[in-house]
Amino acid sequence: MTALLRTEGVRKAYGGVHALDSCTVEVEEGSVAGLIGPNGSGKTTLFNVITGYAKADEGHVYLGDRPITNVAPDRVFALGIGRTFQLTRIFASLTVLENMLVASPNGRAAARRRAMEQLEFVGIAGHHAALAGTLSYGQRKLLELAYVLVADPAVILLDEPAGGVNLSLVNTIADRIRELNASGKTFLIVEHNMEFVMGLCDRVTVLDSGAVVAAGPPAIIRTDRRVLNAYLGEDLAEDDPHPGQQSVEQP
Amino acid sequence: MMASAKMTSARMTSVSTPRGAAAVGLVILAVAVIAFPLLFSSPVVTNYAVYALIFVAVASAWNLFSGFSGYISLGQAVFFGSGAYAVGIAAKDWHITGTGVFALLPLAAAVGAVIAVPFGLVALRVRRHTFIVITIAVFFIFQLMAFNLNSFTGGTIGMSAPFLPWSPTTFNDRFYYITLACAVATVVIAVLTRRSRSGLQLRAIRDDEDRARGLGVRAMRVKLTAFVLSAAITGLVGGVWFLYLTQVLPQSGFDPLFDLSLVLMAFLGGLGTISGPVIGALIIEPGQLYLTIRYTNGYLSEILLGALFLLIVLFMPRGIVPTAGEWIRRLQSRGRPAVPAAAAPAQQASDAPAREARR
Amino acid sequence: MARQIYQAIVDGILVGGVYALMAVGLTLIFGVLDIINIAQGVLVILGAYLSYELSVRIHLDLFLGLLVTVTAMFVIGVVIQWAFIRRLRGRERTSMTLLVTYAVALIIEGVLYEIYGPNPKQLNASYVQSSVHVLGFYLSYIYLYGFVLALALVVAIYALLYRTRFGRSVRATMQDETAARLIGIDVNRVAAVTFGVGVAVTAAGGMMFGATNAFNPNSGYDLISRLLAIIILGGLGSIGGALVASVFMLTLESLVTIWSPEWAIVVFYAALVVVLVIRPAGFFGRQPVRAQ
Repeated sequence: MTALLRTEGVRKAYGGVHALDSCTVEVEEGSVAGLIGPNGSGKTTLFNVITGYAKADEGHVYLGDRPITNVAPDRVFALGIGRTFQLTRIFASLTVLENMLVASPNGRAAARRRAMEQLEFVGIAGHHAALAGTLSYGQRKLLELAYVLVADPAVILLDEPAGGVNLSLVNTIADRIRELNASGKTFLIVEHNMEFVMGLCDRVTVLDSGAVVAAGPPAIIRTDRRVLNAYLGEDLAEDDPHPGQQSVEQP
Repeated sequence: MMASAKMTSARMTSVSTPRGAAAVGLVILAVAVIAFPLLFSSPVVTNYAVYALIFVAVASAWNLFSGFSGYISLGQAVFFGSGAYAVGIAAKDWHITGTGVFALLPLAAAVGAVIAVPFGLVALRVRRHTFIVITIAVFFIFQLMAFNLNSFTGGTIGMSAPFLPWSPTTFNDRFYYITLACAVATVVIAVLTRRSRSGLQLRAIRDDEDRARGLGVRAMRVKLTAFVLSAAITGLVGGVWFLYLTQVLPQSGFDPLFDLSLVLMAFLGGLGTISGPVIGALIIEPGQLYLTIRYTNGYLSEILLGALFLLIVLFMPRGIVPTAGEWIRRLQSRGRPAVPAAAAPAQQASDAPAREARR
Repeated sequence: MARQIYQAIVDGILVGGVYALMAVGLTLIFGVLDIINIAQGVLVILGAYLSYELSVRIHLDLFLGLLVTVTAMFVIGVVIQWAFIRRLRGRERTSMTLLVTYAVALIIEGVLYEIYGPNPKQLNASYVQSSVHVLGFYLSYIYLYGFVLALALVVAIYALLYRTRFGRSVRATMQDETAARLIGIDVNRVAAVTFGVGVAVTAAGGMMFGATNAFNPNSGYDLISRLLAIIILGGLGSIGGALVASVFMLTLESLVTIWSPEWAIVVFYAALVVVLVIRPAGFFGRQPVRAQ
């Protein structure tokens, strides 16, 4: 297994605040990787650095062997990394189908066909002629997922795909991710819904204050003391029944 | 599924009728527009028409960039004035006389485009609000250059166009058809742009530029292309305007009110729609001309124009075309049972071509 | 030659103070409310006419008269915001405020023409004509007073923004209007008062402009474009930036005037373009935060 997407010692400060501090994260080809951590731990900032929305002060980002540090967002997308946003960002005054075509690299008829297929896949094809601004929040999430898929990226970064949507939709989204993963797509997912992350991911990386505090399979991460510390604070972590028994590989 | 299929077929028939009606309407409109100078031979009337058509062209050109992308330019007069001066200077330096001057119009377009490249490269890097102000700044630079580069632009005296050997009785009519051709061509270019991939990307940029870039849209290139295209058209029409008026002064070629008129026209008609700027120009330009001729002291016309502005923005903020479209839709749906939720997408689907046609 | 250059720098700094008085209101309105107030130029002129009325009719001192004109302009600002700008919503809001404020400018200009006609006027007082000779430089009293007034107003606005409860509401609204609304800030009131303050400050700028330049109702156009250039250069919403940019631009213009008065204004706008190529957010602007 090789890392398809890798950040190496990425540092990013906003003013005096270190949003990311020598952050090294690896995503293996064909895996579903999870990125968790408390609010403000730097997850979205890491996404922004990878996709060119924020410039890293230090460190590198690689896609395979190719350095893509501080490459502009449109280039990053063209190289095969698609992403969604925490608060969905769709083109409200365009129709759903037009939204799909914005990202589409190829000619008209073929692009339309493919766009419709993707809309079918996420289950909102019936709305293809509606203005995207009229969609519900959940439908917007699905649209965002669909149009990221249009250009067939190798890696897909999802920022809270299950945030703020109802349970059945969470399951739909999880199913779609599994299907895509089975067809060879690699994922990096930021999510607060632990069940969602633990059920879906092969490997989870935990960020706290911009640094990686743990990384490993979900089963082990679930009980890791440092993770509980980061999430729940010292007091509750004290109650951990098996402190330090299960070793987690060092980040 | 059944229900939606039925819905679609039912809509199909109702769509085809308005389409036929639209085609007939278009033919009538075309005949009326072409026959206009024959019906109204008074030069006073054709003068209004020529100005209106000039503004149909430049307002549509403005909309082609600013309306689609959401970057409001207040510097289009840069291209308009430069086009006018380009024709004037070239005709003078190369001693071109008579109808030969019309061969200089491509030059006017080229000058507009050439200016737009560095202008756009600088101005399109900044945020939308700052963009507006930079366009104003560039505009003033050009106006001041027109004043200051005496040997080149004639300074405050301006430039005169070569004499056109046309009799006064046909002068306006000929220009009517020339400006009509400009207006129609610009509208056609706007339609093609809107339907193209770049048009879609421009509209995506208007909604959320950063997101569009994250989906592979090369925002700078798309914006710059549209800006340059818009500038080229505006430059060419500026050349035509100069030949019609036979004179350009720094304050008339580079007129600050020019751009505000364009913005008002586009907003009145409907920003980002095809017919919006056309309708806006046809209403506002003759209105403005009438007011300035009627109230020669200018002050009252200014107050009236200002009041009109306020009324439009406050009571029809989305413009005539989108507002009227909504009224029509509301009228059509009156009396019908509410559309079931499941069928709604299908209905909107078959609405799409109709909506395209309306625009 | 060196003498001329020094004098030009001193002049530039002092005239910069006058422009700062006109620009701080504009940058406050732009920064807090995202409104490009095209009417600011003609409001400056309106302020000048108000000062003119007070000084000619009841012989009130120009600076004392500010107590009246600032109050009057505050009310005018609140009324403009309340009547026309408050209703604007949605995606094209900024462009629409541009149109609305332009319409307001046209109406005010037309009314001023109806009342005063096109003949230029100028404000007068004993200290307008006289100057003091310091270290070999001629310093006009009116400019000295105006510069002090500009500094005082910048400090006052800073105090208002950073030392008062109202200022906190303004800054909260500037950051995130929705969030401000959620924590119980009356955003409409903040908007109205901010607009009022922005216009009120302009009264002082108008008096200074009227005392140092001849003006007619048409003078607003040239002003607004210069003021916009200044506030962009200073960084939108930055009060201190507006002061620094005013001084910078006017000093530059004053220096170029030594060689060529015609090209001085071109340099003014060209400087804006050059600075923005290097720093798209201006001297003191917050760099735009991209993505989320």
